[in-house]
This record gives sequence, C-alpha cells and structure tokens, in this order.
Amino acid sequence: MTSLIESVRNATGDTLFDYAVSPLVKILVLLFLMLLPLIAYLTLAERRILGFMQARLGPNRVGPWGLLQPIADVAKLLVKADSIPLRAVKWAFVLAPCLVVGPAIIIFSVIPLGPPASETGGLSWFITDINTGLLFVVATATIGVYGLIIGGWSSNNKFSLMGGLRSAAQMISYEVPQGLALVGPVLLAGTLSMVGIVEAQKSDGWWYVFPQIIGFFLYMVAGIAETNRNPFDLPEAESELVAGFHTEYSGMRFALFFLGEYANMIVISAVATTLFLGGWLRPFPSVEALAFLDVVPGVIWFTLKVFVFLFVYIWFRGTFPRYRFDQLMDLGWKWMIPVALGNLALTALVKLLV
Amino acid sequence: MTQPLGLPYDDHDGLFAESEEMELNFGPQHPATHGVLRLKLKVNGERIVDSYPIIGYLHRGTEKLFELHPFFQNVPHTDRMDYVAAATNNQAYVGAVEKLVGLVVPPRARYIRMMLAELQRISSHLLWLATHAIDIGAMTPFFYTFREREILLDLFEEYCGARLTLNCMRPGGLPHDLPVGWTERCAKLMADLPGKLDEYEELLTNNRIWKKRTVGIGVLPPEIAIDYGVTGPMLRGSGVRWDLRKALPYDGYDEVEFEVPTGQNGDTYDRYVVRMIEMRQSVRIVNQCLEKLPDGPIMAKRPRVLKAAKDAEIYHGIEGPKGEIGFYIVGDGTPNPYRCHVRPPSFINLQSLPELCKGALIADLVALIGTTDIVLGEVDR
Repeated sequence: MTSLIESVRNATGDTLFDYAVSPLVKILVLLFLMLLPLIAYLTLAERRILGFMQARLGPNRVGPWGLLQPIADVAKLLVKADSIPLRAVKWAFVLAPCLVVGPAIIIFSVIPLGPPASETGGLSWFITDINTGLLFVVATATIGVYGLIIGGWSSNNKFSLMGGLRSAAQMISYEVPQGLALVGPVLLAGTLSMVGIVEAQKSDGWWYVFPQIIGFFLYMVAGIAETNRNPFDLPEAESELVAGFHTEYSGMRFALFFLGEYANMIVISAVATTLFLGGWLRPFPSVEALAFLDVVPGVIWFTLKVFVFLFVYIWFRGTFPRYRFDQLMDLGWKWMIPVALGNLALTALVKLLV
Repeated sequence: MTQPLGLPYDDHDGLFAESEEMELNFGPQHPATHGVLRLKLKVNGERIVDSYPIIGYLHRGTEKLFELHPFFQNVPHTDRMDYVAAATNNQAYVGAVEKLVGLVVPPRARYIRMMLAELQRISSHLLWLATHAIDIGAMTPFFYTFREREILLDLFEEYCGARLTLNCMRPGGLPHDLPVGWTERCAKLMADLPGKLDEYEELLTNNRIWKKRTVGIGVLPPEIAIDYGVTGPMLRGSGVRWDLRKALPYDGYDEVEFEVPTGQNGDTYDRYVVRMIEMRQSVRIVNQCLEKLPDGPIMAKRPRVLKAAKDAEIYHGIEGPKGEIGFYIVGDGTPNPYRCHVRPPSFINLQSLPELCKGALIADLVALIGTTDIVLGEVDR
C-alpha cells in the first residue's frame, strides 16, 4: 500500500499529488465506498433495529437478513415517476433536495476519520484539515435548512409550507445552543481545527465528554433537533402534516431528501465523536495499561463511536412521542440556550483559572 | 394579529406582524383522521381558529338496510358500523330486539355475551391506544398493542370464525357454544394482559413528552360534555360517573364486580388514563365471567320467525367501548323492522371535536381526533 502511494507520488510530482490526486481519490473512496453505502445500510439497520424493538422482524425478504433491501429500495426510487406539481416553482422545487444533500456530504471533507499523515506514515485519514474546521462544519450545516424551506415553499401545498416553516423555526432555534455547546471543546482545545481538537484530547489525556458533559448532552439534543429526527421530527410529522416539506416529492428527489436526513445524522454523530469522544482515539488515551487497544486502527474506533450515536438515534425513535411545535421552541430558548451559556461561562472560567 | 375570541393566547399581543387566516383542508385522505373524516380548518399559523367536520364519505345507508331484512338477518349490518367493536354492536342490537319481542336470554348466553363484549372493549381500546400513540409520534406502542390484539382476535375467530365482523350474537342468545379449550386460552390471555398493559403504560404514562402532549389539551368540562351528549370514556374522563353497565345493567353486569374509573380534569391525559383503567376492569369482568360461567342452553325458546307487534317501539342502549351505542326499533307486525335508528357514540362524540380544538395547535388536533376515538364506519353508517 505504502509503496503504491509512493510510486503514484513520484509519477505525479508532490504538488499535483497533494492537491489533486490524493484528495480526489479520497473523495471518491469516502463518497462511494463509505458514505453512500453507510447511508443505504443505515436505513436497513434502522428498520431492522426498530423491528426488533417493536416485536416484529423488519425487512428480511430481499437477500439474506434483508441485506439487499437498500439496493432494491434505490432501484425502486430511481424508476419511480418523478412528478412536479403543476403550480410548483419548478427551479426551486428541483434545487431544494440538492441543497439538503450537498452540504451534508461536503462537511465530511473536514472530519478526520483517523490520524494525520505524520502518524500513519502514508496518507492522512481526512480530505483536508483547515484551521477553521469547526466553523466550516457549522456554516455548511446551516445551508441545509434552506433546502427544507425552499422545498416546502415551492411545492405549493399548505402542508409542505407548514413543514418548511416549522423546520426553519426549529433549525434556527437549535443552531444557537448547538453552536454554544460546540464552543466548550474549542475553548479546551484552543483550536478550531477538527484534527487539532482530537490531538488536544490526546495531549490532555481525556475525551472532552468528561469535562464537557453538559455541552455533550446539549449538542446531542440540538443535533437531533437539527436533523429533524424523532422526538423532534416536526417538519415531516407524518400524522400532522402528511409528510411535511417533502409531501409533494416523489422518486429520486424524495430519495435525496431521505439521503440528506441520514447523511445529516451521520454528520452530527461524526462531529460529536470528533469533539467529545476523541475522534479516532482509543478509550482513555492517557492510560498506558490500555495501550494494547492501539492495535485497532483509528478509523475503526471512529466508526464504532459513530455507530453508537446512530444507534441512539434509532433507539430514540422507538421510544419517544413527538414534541409539539411551541414546546420545542420553549425547550430550545428557555432551557437549552441558558444552560449552554452557563456551561460556556463555567468552561471559560475554569480555563482561565487552571 | 386579530385575536380570535376566547382563545387561550397567553401573550404575544402586538408582537407578531399582521397574519392572515388560512383555510386548510384536513382529510379525508389524511394519515391521522382514522378513516375518511374531513375537517375544514381555519388556521392562523398553526393555531386553529375554527374547525368544521365534514362527514358522510363512508355512508352506506345502514339504517335503511335494516328495514329490508328480517330481525335475524340484520345482525351482520351492525358489525359493519363500528367495525373494531362488532361484538358490542351485536349486543346492543340483539338486546333491543329481545326487548321488542320479549325474549328471555338463558344465563350461559348472557355470560358469554358479557365476555365477548369485554374482550371487544379491550380490543377496541387497544386499537385506540395504538393509533392515538402513533398520532402523537410514539411508534412502538402501536406494535405492542397489535401483538395482544392479535391474540384477542384469534379468540374471536375461534369462537365465531370471524376476526372483525363477528356476527356473534343472535336475538335470544348465541349462535354457538364456546369451543373446547376456549375458556383456558381466554383465561391465559387475561392472566397475561395486565402485565402487557403495564408495558404500554411504562412507555407512555409517565413519559414527559407524552404528558406534555396530553395534559391540559382538549379540556372538556362536564357540563359541556353532557350538553353535547358525549358518552363513554370521553364523558368519564370529564369526571361524570356514568356507565350504562352500572346505571342500567343489562345482561349480567349487576352480577359481576367492577369499578368505573373517572378523570378529574377532562383533558386528553385523563381520557387516556380512564381507558387504560377500563381495560384492566374489563379483564376483571372476564375473569369473573370465566369463574361463574353457568351451564345450560345458549338460546332462548323462540319462534322461527321473529315478529314485532304493530307499533311496538323500543330503545335499548348499552355501554360500548366508545360510549352509549343504542338502537331504536319500531315494529309494524312484519318480520322486518319498520324503522331502525342507531345512536352511534362516535357520531355524537365527534360533535364535541370543534369545541375541543378551538385554539389548539394542528399538532393537538391529531391528539384530539385520537382521544375522541371515532370510527368513521359508525359516524357515517
């Protein structure tokens, strides 16, 4: 593997390799070998896990244990009629799903799946490491809400419009506590770079979930609200708004919204893993007695932690009823933002004194 | 913002820009209307200003059909009104016919009827809980309740061959005696059921979100409930202790012990609690019936063709799972009823819906449709 990388590097020259070949290959690998299959199988995993929680089987007919189900689903969605309502605003209607999926996938460019090149000796386990990484994540994630609003508005359907408005209000209110919760680890690490934050957790010797336990929970709750998942799935609330903002969508356009939702779940889990659970680090990175755990590659640790979050997402869906719109706002503005501010002040104070 | 009269707005005066009221068509093909209920809503944002239920999408002319068939052949029509509680419909109809033509039902038949009716009550309440919970967003109770409902339906199937449209009673008694082993299987289910009910309650009763979504939502004061003629768990949720099984005992309800639960606040949560307790009380009744089940015939001595006297009329109402289900039958000396009018609990309880959802949010509306527990087959007939 290393020799292959070296020979390609020699053939293309350092500059071309670092700025074009290696990112391109990584993007392709990340997108087609990791992200899209993960999303596809996440849908299957969700249905199977929910099935077991709900005393039923879940999809198990297509292939062994239903393993071919996602492929069948995608094939079905691809060949389905793709209808656009007669009086919809066509360009916006077409644009909306892309606005949901695009940003969710772009965020992965700064998420470190494993250690940098200095540790692996070959390629780094991330596409790029920019010094404003976290800011980039937050900024890009915000674009996603436009997709929901535009999709809801352009469908020319009252239920869609309500779904779009709900998602706008919800995502704006929950971005504030989410952002505030993210500042905690940044204060502790002293950097905005995603790789830097993980490495700071290594040098500090603990995952930031321990000093930032409040921030962690705030981030998780806000993250679930951001991704519009149960118990905060108001924008699509099936029993209230039929299907919310994507009522009028069908075929592959609907699939894109679906893809966006699951990609966002993975993003939130990946960011939480990076900031609070030490990214690619093994548990208790400072305890020497556990050094044997380093045999497991960083990317496996990272994936395992992400899976834990994803399982929690699914678990929530099987457990909770849905919040009401105004109660959600209450929770966001009256509880989470004050608590997040308090947590931030406390963290800053401790950082200043210690 | 124009503030609609008498609505529980807490503040916000002048905080919002002028907003317009919008008309929203809710149903008849909407996932939360439990059938083909259509609601014309006037909404201000998400707040419901006014609502107007439109019914009739499932009208099948059942009452007219009653006039075309002899008393015996009308029993299957009753199945198809409240199709999730066919046994109690049967019970109300055959009760009315028996009173009309003067038949005395043997004790064994009365006890089996009571058992079937209580099993039906449990199964109807389980279906209500499933849909109510899934409307509010809790997905899992749906599958749990259906698991138990399946066993209940198996019991019905074993008894009369059908799972929903039971056709399990006849004027004067019952079509069949209990199959071999039925009582044991029923007793086993009754032994299991309280534990299963605990399981559902664990998911919901003390769940903070569930409470937030139901406590204080859709308060129905007792006077208004009585004014609208609301019956059943909806009335008892408002704190009125009125249960026809106690007030005007029919079949053998005066021979068994049970309690009638009531709520205090008349909100959605109270109605939920009342129905949950009712299921436990039904288990109690079935257990007593199994214990006391007398031997003997299951059909009264009766003529082959039932004829009501000319101008004989009768009203007989019983406590169905959703409220008072009653039949008003007029005879004209022929084997067919001259006129048969149904008092359907769903239809009358539905009238209170606009009252309940004034000033509520759209999210509450689905909880309120759930809590009225309507079956459109019965509303429209």
